[in-house]
Amino acid sequence: MIRSRLTAQRLFALFLLGVVLFNFPVLHIFNRGGDVFGIPLLYAYLMVIWLVLIGLLAVTVEGGTD
Amino acid sequence: MLQGWVIVVVSLVYLGILFAIAWYGDHRADTGRSLISSPVVYALSLGVYCTTWTFYGSVGRAAASGVGFLPIYLGPTLLFALAGFVLMKMLRVAKANRITSIADFVASRYGKSQLLGGLVTIIAVVGIIPYIALQLKAVSNSFSVIESYPQIIMPASVAAVPLHQDGALYVAIILAGFTILFGTRHLDATERHEGMVAAIAFESIIKLVAFLAVGIFVVWGIHDGFADIFAKAAALPAMAQRSGGAPVTPVAYGSWGALLFLAMFASLLLPRQFQIAIVENVNPGHLRRAVWMFPLYLLLINLFVLPVALAGMIHFPTGVDADTFVLTLPMAHQQEFLTLFVYIGGLSAATGMVIVETIALSTMVCNDLVMPALFRLPFFRLEERSDLSGLLLTIRRVAIGVILALGYLYFRIAGEAHALVSIGLISFVAVAQFAPAVFGALYWKGGTRDGALAGLLVGFMVWGYTLMLPSFAKSGWLPVDFMSSGMFGLDILRPQSLFGLTGFDEITHCMIWSLLGNTVAYAGVSLLRAPTAREAHQAAVFVSGNIEGLPVWRGSAGVTDLLPLVARFLGAEKAKAAFAEYAQHRGVFGINGLKADAGLVLFAENLLAGAIGSGSARAMVASVVEEEPLGIDEVMHILDEASQMRSYSIELEAKSRELQEATTELRDANARLRELDRMKDDFISTVTHELRTPLTSIRAFSEMLHEDPDIDVTERVRFLGIIVSETERLSRLINQILDLAKLDSGRGEWSVNTLRPGEVIREAADSMLALFHEKAVSLELDLPDPGPAALADRDRLMQVMVNLLSNALKFVPKSEGRVSVVLRVTSSPDMKKIIRVSVTDNGPGIRLEDQELIFEKFRQGGDVMTDKPQGTGLGLPITRQIVEYFGGRLWVESTLTKGACFVFTLPLHEDDNIENK
Amino acid sequence: MTESRKARILIADDEPNIVLSLEFLMKKEGFEVAVVGDGEAALQKAAEFAPDLILLDVMMPKKSGYEVCEALRADPARAGVKIIMLTAKGRETEVAKGLALGADAYITKPFSTKDMVARIKSLLA
Repeated sequence: MIRSRLTAQRLFALFLLGVVLFNFPVLHIFNRGGDVFGIPLLYAYLMVIWLVLIGLLAVTVEGGTD
Repeated sequence: MLQGWVIVVVSLVYLGILFAIAWYGDHRADTGRSLISSPVVYALSLGVYCTTWTFYGSVGRAAASGVGFLPIYLGPTLLFALAGFVLMKMLRVAKANRITSIADFVASRYGKSQLLGGLVTIIAVVGIIPYIALQLKAVSNSFSVIESYPQIIMPASVAAVPLHQDGALYVAIILAGFTILFGTRHLDATERHEGMVAAIAFESIIKLVAFLAVGIFVVWGIHDGFADIFAKAAALPAMAQRSGGAPVTPVAYGSWGALLFLAMFASLLLPRQFQIAIVENVNPGHLRRAVWMFPLYLLLINLFVLPVALAGMIHFPTGVDADTFVLTLPMAHQQEFLTLFVYIGGLSAATGMVIVETIALSTMVCNDLVMPALFRLPFFRLEERSDLSGLLLTIRRVAIGVILALGYLYFRIAGEAHALVSIGLISFVAVAQFAPAVFGALYWKGGTRDGALAGLLVGFMVWGYTLMLPSFAKSGWLPVDFMSSGMFGLDILRPQSLFGLTGFDEITHCMIWSLLGNTVAYAGVSLLRAPTAREAHQAAVFVSGNIEGLPVWRGSAGVTDLLPLVARFLGAEKAKAAFAEYAQHRGVFGINGLKADAGLVLFAENLLAGAIGSGSARAMVASVVEEEPLGIDEVMHILDEASQMRSYSIELEAKSRELQEATTELRDANARLRELDRMKDDFISTVTHELRTPLTSIRAFSEMLHEDPDIDVTERVRFLGIIVSETERLSRLINQILDLAKLDSGRGEWSVNTLRPGEVIREAADSMLALFHEKAVSLELDLPDPGPAALADRDRLMQVMVNLLSNALKFVPKSEGRVSVVLRVTSSPDMKKIIRVSVTDNGPGIRLEDQELIFEKFRQGGDVMTDKPQGTGLGLPITRQIVEYFGGRLWVESTLTKGACFVFTLPLHEDDNIENK
Repeated sequence: MTESRKARILIADDEPNIVLSLEFLMKKEGFEVAVVGDGEAALQKAAEFAPDLILLDVMMPKKSGYEVCEALRADPARAGVKIIMLTAKGRETEVAKGLALGADAYITKPFSTKDMVARIKSLLA
């Protein structure tokens, strides 16, 4: 059960963060040529941000600070 | 090896395993030891979101548009970030109202409207049919692709295949049979299928592992890692003209964003997602884990999509459908087992989707479409039938068959014209039409049945016109000029550039117009009139969440009316059991003791809602209840009262919480006091004992001397000696107790001066010298001269040294005893300069477990309190208190039989201005 | 117990001066006396010396007076022996515990020598 209001608000903030990071114009910054360790920049950006977002979600709901 | 019969047998064995898991899950549920009561199982079962679309289609989409497949999975990630608000609320509302499907949810919110439930069901069924067709297409394609192993031959166009040779038909028939076995074995008032959920969770594991296996094989088996694939792909001519397939124009970004939100809605509003996330949820707490585990699942299953797509493009420049890359890549490298495993993974993705989706849809069709219709048609005389549970199951079974038949039909008609993902997206947009009504249901009290109906109708019609009909037209089932010149030849009505909106792809185009029209109609029509009493009531239940069981009509019906009604749908036994449980809950003895009140009616209605949907349940109950509907004013009045009562009760809760906190504090304080009291009691009891012991000898010897004057002189002298020494012991004890009391209370008289501890130690040693000589014990002093200074009370420090020295003297052996005192300046762990004094003896030593104990009052080494060597048991506690008063520490270092070393420290006083005493 | 034989008394206490006073007192009253300083020795001596009465201190090393009392009462061979518990802790619960364990009398320290002798004689009578 997600009881804490604070946790719910943190999750909502992560939702907004995701909306911003996965859309224009932030997306456009990474949408140019080039690569990171041979992986196209945009693809690498999306996967890494996705993973980070999941990590933050996990820390937010599983962390016992509330 | 991969002959047709082998694949068929393997497929059937796999389905058998699934069925076994489901059977076991149901069995466990029946015996009350739920197999699925785990947050991990819940998160895995949500993986039903990933169908063959994901399994085969994502690769196809990635081949066509690079990262364009990702929004479909980023969307659900965002939705689960919203879990704290939306999902939690939805779960609570759904559980409280026994919601059985998304149709039921919408119908229930807007006044338990049968009409609305029916409309949602129709939209869902029509909208999902392409999606089911997609699964059939994928399974039959994958079958025919691997059947021709090791050759890679694309499946023939379905139109060229006669019906009886079409694999998809058999797939549809088998899946229908399987789903019927799975989902409609019995009727349950909560519409939950634990066994099915267990099987779905299992399927999620299979398809994930299969996809990861092929991904790892492609990336590291065929290539040298990710970078290698990307480098080779960059050289492809197809890749040259697009920059990784990512959006570049604002419109393309618009499509990207639209897909993101589309997927976000779909991952909750698809009937199967609603079924798994809301209806099948056994414990709302499981949501917590799913918030991150489900997105993680999505990430993992998509990890290799782009590399596999690119590898496919590298290996098959032409002639191979990108939707089949996950199969054809292992096939091209003669990986028979991997191919078969991937096929099974695809099969699991398809079966999972079809099973849950058709079960969810069949429930909706039965509860919200067929039953209401049957009740309206007098021909069936349903009112007169006594047990309808068999009929309900039959309707559901037929519905499953019909839905799959429709799916197959769509596949035959339109399936060839689209790639897998495009078909799926058509369904996504259809279910997205529920979004305004569903989210409005949770957050806007003003939404009405008419508004919801209008919104859904408009959205559905726009969807049909701009997406569904064109998909038929593309397949040649509708005239093509319908597409190019619009309805009635009006250019402005061209289905895929409605009102002249061009530039977007068809999905985004449809989504923009349908959701826009939908939302405007929903809000606009809702605002035309105030909510009715029933709508206002349901709005309060859904939006505010906890005004459960508020009576919305006056009137009543007794057990005699309601029990038979419920029994007709649930069966007599289940109904009786449910009523008995309710009676127990209400504290009434037996079913017949239940009062005919609004609560009972509501209970019966909710019970029925679980089986036949809230709309039908409402209608059924209304048929036996003599009701007198409340006017809107009365309902609003009741609601107001209820909300006022809520605010009172919130205040009360706050008060009682404060009170509780105060009580807890008091209780703690009390406990502390009691503990102190007990300690004081123990102390006094011990002191009494210690005082009485010398007193006993004194009294005994005095009485004997007193009563018997004839005792001879030597005895007399001896006895008097004992009396004297025991008296001394007694006075020492009393002095020490008083001393301790003074130290404890902090009322001791201290005269703290700068002094040299070395001098005090020498003085103390001198005063004890006679005693050491007497016992022939050597005393060595190792003191620097003039030695460091400290702030202390001279007499007290003297007392410390005398205590430690006499303590040592007491325990060392006679004549062989050695005691040494060493004073040094060192630094403490926190780097302050301190004086360290140690008193070492070669006595018996102190056991490790006693080394703290000896500093407690009346405790001495050896067996606690039962060993009585000399001494009062107060010396060391007093000594420690004094040392601590000076800001130092006192402890003992010792090993048994090796002697003891008492060490105390004092803070060094740098000022050398020594007062001479 | 025969008339000719002196009554035997075992004194178990770890406080040497109390032992000394009791020993002197009992010898003066004409009893045969043995003394021990802890609980284990008390049990051993009870077997060897076969006392008619034991003066048993509660707080002793190795085995407490309660434990000794319990062990003696559980031993059929020592069933007839009288036990007087001595304690410096005079709380009622302790008295009750001693009596419950089968002691014949309970005397708190400090005691009157006269009373002590009288109690012993009445128990041995």
